[in-house]
Amino acid sequence: MVDLLPLSLTNASVRKTGKTILGPVSLTLSGTGTTILLGPNGAGKSSLLRLMHGLDRPASGTVHWAVPHDIAHLHQAFVFQHAILLRRSVLDNIAYPLVAHGMARKPARAVAADWLDRIGLTPHANRPANTLSGGERQKLAMARALIRAPSVLFLDEPCSNLDGQATAEIESLLQEAHTQGTRLIMATHDLGQARRLATDVLFIHKGALLEHGPADRFFATPQTPEAIAFLKGDIVL
Amino acid sequence: MDDLWQGMIAALRLIGALDADLFEIIGRSLYVTLSATLIASAIGLPLGAWLAVSRFRQRRTVISLLNALMGLPPVVVGLIVYLLFSRAGPLGVLGLLFTPTAMIIAQCIIITPLIASIAHQALRDLWAEYHDLLISISTSRSTRIRTLLWDGRRALLTASLAGFGRAIGEVGAILIVGGNIDHVTRVLTTAIALETSKGNLAMALALGLILIALAIGVNLAVHGLSRTERTARW
Repeated sequence: MVDLLPLSLTNASVRKTGKTILGPVSLTLSGTGTTILLGPNGAGKSSLLRLMHGLDRPASGTVHWAVPHDIAHLHQAFVFQHAILLRRSVLDNIAYPLVAHGMARKPARAVAADWLDRIGLTPHANRPANTLSGGERQKLAMARALIRAPSVLFLDEPCSNLDGQATAEIESLLQEAHTQGTRLIMATHDLGQARRLATDVLFIHKGALLEHGPADRFFATPQTPEAIAFLKGDIVL
Repeated sequence: MDDLWQGMIAALRLIGALDADLFEIIGRSLYVTLSATLIASAIGLPLGAWLAVSRFRQRRTVISLLNALMGLPPVVVGLIVYLLFSRAGPLGVLGLLFTPTAMIIAQCIIITPLIASIAHQALRDLWAEYHDLLISISTSRSTRIRTLLWDGRRALLTASLAGFGRAIGEVGAILIVGGNIDHVTRVLTTAIALETSKGNLAMALALGLILIALAIGVNLAVHGLSRTERTARW
């Protein structure tokens, strides 16, 4: 796996329709493990993920990986909050990233069939992807993101609309990816999930990065009043 | 009303008689227009997809231009193609004037903007849906275009059929570049124009009804083959 880290953001900000919705943010991510982005809705978690992945360009400041941007992007994947489904069968959806990068259709489908088995969707292989349930869609998106063994995987609240069973299945896929060496960077506002998965935490509020540190320290002794309130379960405005 | 009835009766009689000339004309109509539709689709559909995924400075201008070209007057297109292929014209050496090939070229010019524009409209929405994913997967532009063309194929069928519809009923351009020569370039629309001018209204109407039936038939056949609207598929 290609080592893309450290990732460093320097005074990076994101603007949408003239309004600054994130930043300026400066941070450095390195090492292994799972980084969890925490914060209330609209805090800027998605924007930060999209900025790091390169889906949005910084309005100011810079985003730097250890390798050139194009190469870094090639070894990343992104799981969106609402799975984006191609108008194809379940199997072809999962095979798509391989085919798009030049693998022949047949071997790509063989690898995809393997993944399909792993996520338990083999019986649905030839169904149009849009007939899947919410949990199945997200598992499809996970398999599609992991099929090229990314060095870094971004996840934007992948479990926000899922029940316990589906969430557990997604989390076990994440654990597996983690042991395979994939660095996970995930936004969530599910505190339980954050505690289960995080090795370090970025706490974001109103487009500003308020805290960044190891998970155990963040959960035990949050530093800012916003983080304290958030962890207590209060409504943070 | 009488004329209409007579036309219908004449049409049935014509078909019933299995008139060889009639079937030759129908065959040529289909050959010219289907060829033009295929070629125009091969150009217009990728062009529409390319416009959907590309962002460049003059993009709006190109799209407006394309939309304007949808209303290209066939007679003018015919005239220009005529001038290009006439003996003294720049492409005169090819000797294509008054051949079905020249008619195909003229119809291609007429319907390519139409097909490209409808394709662009359809694929723009699909691209909005796919954008984040395809950017995230680091796809090349040609992969994006191919993905849109494949996944949007049902919508693109409509674009091609619209092109076919415009071409099969078109008379101005092919009359000029084809010349309506019996057994060489006569097609249904030019035959209708001729029969009308001769005052042979029943015959003209009969041919017209056959033309409409042909257009409906091709549409039904294409939809049947591609199995659109059959199940809850995309």
